[in-house]
Amino acid sequence: MSARVSETTRAGLRGHPGRIALVLTGAGAVGLLISLPLGAVFYYALREGWAAYFGYLLAPDTRHAIGLSLLAAGVALPVNTVFGLCAAWALAKFTFPGRRLLISLIELPLSISPIIIGVGYLFVFGLQGVLGPWLDDHGISMAFNVTSVVIVTTIVTSPYVFRELLPLMLAQGTQEEQAAVSLGAGAWKTFFRVTLPNVKWALFYGLTLSFARSLGEFGSVAVVSGAVRGETNTLTLQIDLLYHDQVQTAAFAVASVLTSFALVTLLIKTWVERRESVDSP
Amino acid sequence: MSRPRVIPGFGLSLGTTVVFLALATLLPLGALVLKSAGLTWAEFWGYISDSRALAAYRVTLLAAGAATFLNLVLGVLTAWILVRYEFPGRRLLDAAIDLPFALPTAVAGIALATLTVPAGPVGALFAGFGIKIAYAFPGIVLAMTFTSLPFVVRTVQPVLADLEPALEEAAASLGAGPFTTFRRVILPELRPAIIAGGTLALVRSLGEFGAVVFIAGNLPFQTEIAALLIYIRMDEFDYVGAAALATAILAFALTLLVAMNLWQGRLYRRLHG
Repeated sequence: MSARVSETTRAGLRGHPGRIALVLTGAGAVGLLISLPLGAVFYYALREGWAAYFGYLLAPDTRHAIGLSLLAAGVALPVNTVFGLCAAWALAKFTFPGRRLLISLIELPLSISPIIIGVGYLFVFGLQGVLGPWLDDHGISMAFNVTSVVIVTTIVTSPYVFRELLPLMLAQGTQEEQAAVSLGAGAWKTFFRVTLPNVKWALFYGLTLSFARSLGEFGSVAVVSGAVRGETNTLTLQIDLLYHDQVQTAAFAVASVLTSFALVTLLIKTWVERRESVDSP
Repeated sequence: MSRPRVIPGFGLSLGTTVVFLALATLLPLGALVLKSAGLTWAEFWGYISDSRALAAYRVTLLAAGAATFLNLVLGVLTAWILVRYEFPGRRLLDAAIDLPFALPTAVAGIALATLTVPAGPVGALFAGFGIKIAYAFPGIVLAMTFTSLPFVVRTVQPVLADLEPALEEAAASLGAGPFTTFRRVILPELRPAIIAGGTLALVRSLGEFGAVVFIAGNLPFQTEIAALLIYIRMDEFDYVGAAALATAILAFALTLLVAMNLWQGRLYRRLHG
């Protein structure tokens, strides 16, 4: 979610105790709420030293979990990019009845519980589901294995690229594309030479956010994976296991990898927003 | 639209979108509803209104309501200081607001839980006053507040930035103090954004799982949230029970989203004609 805030003139604080109090309250509360968990992750991850830290990260089950999470994120990313671009193109460049309903449906995975999505998935592909028994007869299993982890991860993270693209593409309108088409450019040429360059930074941030969310998906994956150690355990499920096994330092070591990735995502977002304000003054 | 579309690709892009949506979202949600459609009303009602489920709804609703209230106050305040004032660390704070979106909820859950258990650094502070955070109701509120923190800030911030300064100048020149100006001039303009952000925060809190399960304690009838109860029913192979609960909660979330959308639309039209 990016707020495109126009630069207004901001008031200084000097000589205004009321303003100072507001800033201290707001920044203090939010600052603590954000920085304490962040600091805790790295503090608890490193409290046994670097050697132990890397020892935990390189443990076979953890390495396997990293691989599975990367696989899920690696599949989700291109699928959600194509979907995000298609959906944003259809909804930003054209008007048609049901547009708002379609937007709400696309963003649904953001608001409903990931548990519900996971359960719904099992009622399609699990043995208790609509297609599961038929698939089973044909020797295909799509529940409690790597396939199910990859698919629900993709579903849950499907809105992220779209959400970053839509506001920008709506704001940019269709004039440039109309000009390109009337000058004789074909559909794909218009898309790759006009539209894509205009949204490249938003797309880049959408990709990073989507990747971070897919690495970190927990609820839906917990439902469909079966959480078999060294087989269907993703990074977040591994954190869950280690935490409940009372190997807290190990849980935080794994968590610190995901946290670092989240911090990189925020850096990229800040950088992208600066690029956008430079590109379109 | 009667005139031909100039821009190409409508059929392809809309088609891909609808097909993906049908497979990814509508198919699983449809299957879920179908599963509970096999029940009679009495059976369905029995599953969704047993005492453990009722207790779970109560905990979830109360905690999500409290978290949303905190988010509304904190969110409007944060948006206000980010847009209106210049202070050291403003850009850092602005960037940090989005951390709960980027941070996996399970990570937030173990970090918040470890901080607030009675032996943890924050928990010890509160334990001195006899307040229990982790493994109690306040912990659930804390986790939900954290994961939905960005919603209100990010919906209110752009609206606040686009407000005409002339409005406030007019109010001030007519003798309104800063508080009256905020309450009578600025707040009504922000209301649609506040409602939108608040709804997103509420719905997100109602469905939050990862952050909450680590901190909640998960005792049936006391600190068990609705999403966890669905998970437990699945784990017990009580598929129909899980389907009934999930359908009821899904219906509730959808109703909330639609109602708030309509309300927000009406407010927006009243303000902007």
